[in-house]
Amino acid sequence: MSRRPLIREVPPASWFFRHPRYLRYMAREVTSVFVGAYCVLLVIAMQRLAAGPIAWQEFLVALRSPVSIIFHLLAMAAAFYHAGTWFNATQKAMPLQIGENFVPGSYISGAHYLVWAVLSLVVLFFAGVF
Amino acid sequence: MAKSHKPVVWFPFAAGGTVIAFCMPVIVVLGFLAALGHVPSGLSYESLHAFAAHGLGRLVLLGVIALSLWSSAHRLRCTCYDFGLRADTLIATMLYVAAIVGSAATAMFLFRI
Repeated sequence: MSRRPLIREVPPASWFFRHPRYLRYMAREVTSVFVGAYCVLLVIAMQRLAAGPIAWQEFLVALRSPVSIIFHLLAMAAAFYHAGTWFNATQKAMPLQIGENFVPGSYISGAHYLVWAVLSLVVLFFAGVF
Repeated sequence: MAKSHKPVVWFPFAAGGTVIAFCMPVIVVLGFLAALGHVPSGLSYESLHAFAAHGLGRLVLLGVIALSLWSSAHRLRCTCYDFGLRADTLIATMLYVAAIVGSAATAMFLFRI
């Protein structure tokens, strides 16, 4: 009797439609496209900043195009989704044990959310938003 | 001892993921305000130039951009694989080279300021 291993056919490009969990995973994966594109924009921004005040002013004007506004909306959604899922994962990635007991996961994620909120407010304050 | 180059890729990825999670939303919000025409005073040439000209500010900008680039390159590589593009060696090489070039370019721009 020959043992034939079970081989499941997995469609390489559409497997993630099989389960909502896979779709959520892929939604998170796709945020890397927008975050990556935004990193490229940041590199360009540094180039423009180094090129002098006129180049920087032109860069700021170029940011106001409709395409740029839509891109910023998508990048913002991606950045917030990445941040939320990352902080939710911290409680699984670094569980904290004190004595016999584990610190509740919500405390670990909650602490990250708190630091995130404070850091963001500090940056907004020093950037002169309010 | 097992030898692997994985930690070299993995550490900047994890550090970059954390940096992106903490810093990217607020950076994009600042960019969005500028895109709407309400440029925050911190993004004016004088303020941002002064920040980038300071040693610590320069280090912060370089650190955030370089780590974010590396983390994004690693995540894009995984995303390509998950979407069925299985030429992993080619894609990984292209993306990591792009991340290194982008980081080097950022360092060059910042030290020119």
